[in-house]
Amino acid sequence: MSRTRFTRRLPAAALAAGLALAVSACGGEAADTAAPAAGASSARLDPNADLSKQSVAISVWADYTPKDLPERVKEKLKTNLKVTLHDTNEAIMAKLTSGADTGLDVAFVSGQYAQALNEAGLLEPLHPELIPNLANLYPEAKELAFDKGNVFSVPYTWGTTGICYRTDLVKTPPTSWNDILSPPADAVKKVTMMTTERWLALPAIKALGMSVNTRSDDDLAKVKEKLLAAKPNLLGYDDTTFGDKLKSGEAVMVEAWDGWCPTSEKNIKFVVPKEGSDLWVDTMVVLKSSKNKEAAHAFINYILDPEIHRWAAENILYKVPNKAAMDAMDAKLKAANAPLQMSPSDLLKGESIVDLGEDSVKFTRLATEVAAQQ
Amino acid sequence: MKSSTTATGASATSRARRSHALGRLLFLGPGLLYLVAFVVVPLGLIVSYTVFRRGRFGGIVYEFTWENFARLDDSLYRDVVLGSLKLAAIATLIALLVGYPTAYLIAQLPKKWKTIALVVIVMPFWTNFLVRIYAWVVLLSGPGLVNSALLDLGLIDKPLELLYNQGTVVTGLVYSYLPLMILPLYAAIEKLDPQLREASANLGAGPVRTFFSVTLPLTLPGVLTGSLFVFVPSFGNFIIPELLGGGRSTMVGNVIRDQFLKARDWPFGATLTLALLVVLIVLLLAQAWSSRRA
Repeated sequence: MSRTRFTRRLPAAALAAGLALAVSACGGEAADTAAPAAGASSARLDPNADLSKQSVAISVWADYTPKDLPERVKEKLKTNLKVTLHDTNEAIMAKLTSGADTGLDVAFVSGQYAQALNEAGLLEPLHPELIPNLANLYPEAKELAFDKGNVFSVPYTWGTTGICYRTDLVKTPPTSWNDILSPPADAVKKVTMMTTERWLALPAIKALGMSVNTRSDDDLAKVKEKLLAAKPNLLGYDDTTFGDKLKSGEAVMVEAWDGWCPTSEKNIKFVVPKEGSDLWVDTMVVLKSSKNKEAAHAFINYILDPEIHRWAAENILYKVPNKAAMDAMDAKLKAANAPLQMSPSDLLKGESIVDLGEDSVKFTRLATEVAAQQ
Repeated sequence: MKSSTTATGASATSRARRSHALGRLLFLGPGLLYLVAFVVVPLGLIVSYTVFRRGRFGGIVYEFTWENFARLDDSLYRDVVLGSLKLAAIATLIALLVGYPTAYLIAQLPKKWKTIALVVIVMPFWTNFLVRIYAWVVLLSGPGLVNSALLDLGLIDKPLELLYNQGTVVTGLVYSYLPLMILPLYAAIEKLDPQLREASANLGAGPVRTFFSVTLPLTLPGVLTGSLFVFVPSFGNFIIPELLGGGRSTMVGNVIRDQFLKARDWPFGATLTLALLVVLIVLLLAQAWSSRRA
């Protein structure tokens, strides 16, 4: 629906852009003194800009968007899309904060990093009038702790962390983070936890009833103690292959992101422990340094199109905060993968991970201490 | 007249010297350029990073500080460095104990077989490092080949815990770098004059005495080079502890990687890199010194 509207609008948009250019050439001052769009602190964007004169450069994780996205964008928006890849949030953060001109227009980063980029003054406040497809998002998607009201970020995927386990190999299904931290006898040395620092700490933090965003040294000392006590009973720390370990039976219970738990397997289930968990969000942000802001907004708008956005749900099995896309996704796939059925309101019960600024080193140290302990 | 001749002569000599210098520069140029671009400049950057502060999102804040060096004294990092030294030393020792007899045997082979043996030694290097390490996971994991074979043979009741411990890390290090031990050892043993051993035997020394008084001292440069070739990459390795150690043991390479990629603490990462480099340079100098004496 929104796609056709967009396509039809393009010739008119080109005409309007030409007109606007002519008008501003005649009476530049009048245009300059016009009131800026609400909520936008930086320069006004032209809703009718000729996108074929712009291009969009994005940086995103590998396999996170459709392979033929550049062709699709070219067809629908008449603009060229250049895709560069990053492995981790840290890698793209280093690039964006280095001060060098990256030439990027849009970056995909997790919520807490979007927050940090915004605090560093590197993000363009969003111009919602250029992203009509924001209307497709669940109301809950505007309630995210790191960016209430989607001022500078648009959520692309969201989910939580829990326990992914083999129903045939554990006697009692896990319900608590303590099942990971001090596993029952039949699961000893058959449990993995994640190695990325915030998620390494998560099970202990939640089991102790703390906030995932705690900065308190006392809290973290207790967390460390709990993690060290858990270490002898673990198979290992694993962020990437825990799904395979579970399938092969090498592990019977793993800490996992919902989308990474291979729940389409008959004997594998995902559960959010009773102590609660996190809410992670991967977002799209427009960089202040972007020279193609209209096209950048049009690109984000295009991603929010249910047709494109549901690609993420169907192919990477992550929930997307887009009601229209979730409603449109393959029902069989949704039925086969329980985490996809989690409702936005359930998801929002999870605690958003926010940027800890200077205190983030505390978590790095914690992770090193846990890994180094023999 | 005379003075002018001298002047011409002198200028001819200086011209010749100049063109000689130019020729030398021309030959050295590409190598020097390479060294400057890929060793001196990056190393200079790394060294300069060590005295600045961490940028909040990675990168550097240009405020002078010695703090990063003070942090090296932290028992956490000291233990990691000592632990890495220990693992690398054990791996080197095992590689030496396995590599020396192997190299010795190869040196005794007929010429044709020597070549074949050397090719076989080098062959693993034709496969991607990561793939070779991951192959160990396939072999040693709980449901892996070794365990399932032992279970099928009825030798064990439940899978052994072969993976994700320090022993596996050492195994991985030895496996990966053994060829780097064998090759220099082979070169040293090959060069050895067999008559020296005969002479030793003629003078009444048994095979053990001959080995320790003749063969080993004369091949010591090979032993040191091989040990260094194994020790250096083992010490800085981070993939093997990650994949074969299951993230349960950490080496200094892992900590450095984490400082750059996770903690976004480039200055401290650079300081750890420098510390590692100093350790290795000391070892290299020791090796150079002892091989000159040998």
